Amino acid sequence: MEKRKEQATVMSQEMLADGIFSMWIRTDAAVTAKPGQFISMYTTDASKLLPRPISICEIDKEGGCLRVVYRVTGEHTGTEQFSKLKAGDQIPVVGPLGNGFPYEKAEGRKVFLMGGGIGVPPILELAKQLTCEKKQIVVGYRDQQTFLKDEFEKNGCLYISTEDGSVGTKGNVMDAIRENELDADLIYACGPTPMLRAIKDYAEKNNIECYISLEERMACGIGACLACVCKSKEKDAHSNVNNKRICKDGPVFLSTEVEL
Amino acid sequence: MDMRVNIAGVEWKNPVTVASGTFGSGAEYADFVDLNQLGAVTTKGVANVPWKGNSTPRVAEVYGGMMNAIGLQNPGIDLFCERDIPFLKQFDTKIIVNVCGHAPEEYLEVVERLADEPIDMMEINISCPNVNAGFLAFGQDAHHVEKLTGQIKKIAKQPIIMKLTPNVTDITEIAKAAEAGGADAVSLINTLTGMKIDVNRRTFAVANKTGGVSGPAVHPIAVRMVYQAAQAVQIPIIGMGGICTAEDALEFILAGASAVSVGTANFHNPRATLDVIEGIEAYMKKYGFESVKDMVGIVR
Repeated sequence: MEKRKEQATVMSQEMLADGIFSMWIRTDAAVTAKPGQFISMYTTDASKLLPRPISICEIDKEGGCLRVVYRVTGEHTGTEQFSKLKAGDQIPVVGPLGNGFPYEKAEGRKVFLMGGGIGVPPILELAKQLTCEKKQIVVGYRDQQTFLKDEFEKNGCLYISTEDGSVGTKGNVMDAIRENELDADLIYACGPTPMLRAIKDYAEKNNIECYISLEERMACGIGACLACVCKSKEKDAHSNVNNKRICKDGPVFLSTEVEL
Repeated sequence: MDMRVNIAGVEWKNPVTVASGTFGSGAEYADFVDLNQLGAVTTKGVANVPWKGNSTPRVAEVYGGMMNAIGLQNPGIDLFCERDIPFLKQFDTKIIVNVCGHAPEEYLEVVERLADEPIDMMEINISCPNVNAGFLAFGQDAHHVEKLTGQIKKIAKQPIIMKLTPNVTDITEIAKAAEAGGADAVSLINTLTGMKIDVNRRTFAVANKTGGVSGPAVHPIAVRMVYQAAQAVQIPIIGMGGICTAEDALEFILAGASAVSVGTANFHNPRATLDVIEGIEAYMKKYGFESVKDMVGIVR
């Protein structure tokens, strides 16, 4: 009985790019949060009951604050409501949830930290906390709106891809790896499923240990409702079928244990 | 003030349980809620063998609620008996195991397997709209409901609650069929079959195309059906459908339910069950009711 839904306080809110917002909130969740975990954020609109699972972008343990960078998915959506909150406003949250990235495995290794689209934000806290021999951050965007770029540059060697070629490599994160002739023996990645599928293939072909953070529609966010499952290679011990719960067993999985 | 209710000979410490499928077997919510406080825990449906459920996306949000098509993913009765029942036995609450199946033999196998387990009641899900067994859900045909209820009653050692679907023309016919088959109680409503289309992707919002709608949006429909069922049968009714607050729960009780289940609200407020229990107590104090059973069905 140690978890609860709490009222977090908005500390700041800013728009980073078209439809991409950054919000710092003061919350008890900051105390135990790890990179790659998420929080459930709730609207105060009674017609929108379900929590929005939002990845953690930065953790300020001392200050008791978390940063979330999220995309507004449309008009009249819950995320649009979040984007209108101002410093001092309250927002109900539950968290931290999920397992997070096993960042301790990076010690002494050559690492790719890969993010795409709205999967970019959780890579920032990972980059900040991870110590390794070679920290190569490879992030993909649609266009020149390369949000969080300056923060990434302070935390590793940054490679960018853009779909329209306006910044860095034209194409996706895999194109950026090829163009820059990069290699690694450990990968962490978060992004859209096609991107994760390509990274998983690459990792498995080259026998690289790879952790991917998955996304799916959720309801409870804590592992009870079985809405957000992914296919697992082996029979899962909890579900007793070839399904794992993204919210509880993930969102981060070893690439070889799941099928995309 | 007496919060206890007696459902088919089983005494619950208060009239509040959870709706099957919204609470797992309690383990995840035990981090948020002291399970000892609940009248009963109703588990997610369990079948004779593990079921992998439907493809994702399995859920979508709708105005004032949600739609789900999980497809009754469950670990199968063997692992359930080994893990979930012992977990729940640690708590001072009643255990209601929800049973699902594609065919009568599958239900009967689970009921038989549970006969000697330390559980208090069984709830038979004859109404899940998401499982394609090549025919209508059992719960949509009064004759099938009576027959299956009778078959289950022959082998069950615990009281049987038949869980009814609202996706029928006349709920009273189905409730009466369950009673005629020997059901000890009925619970209603299960989810209403719905459809949501994602206009941006131009596809169905859930992979199963249709899903079960739940949440406060369905509450008035559920209250109406519980009221109708209460006029038609003598056996106790467990009312559910969109309960978020004590007032929502009290509507069911006043309409004729002896107990209530909190479902979708758990996703919005993990301690919704406790808020409902506390709110019912406050209401009883305010209006001077000595016992929950004094409120059952008094609005006629």
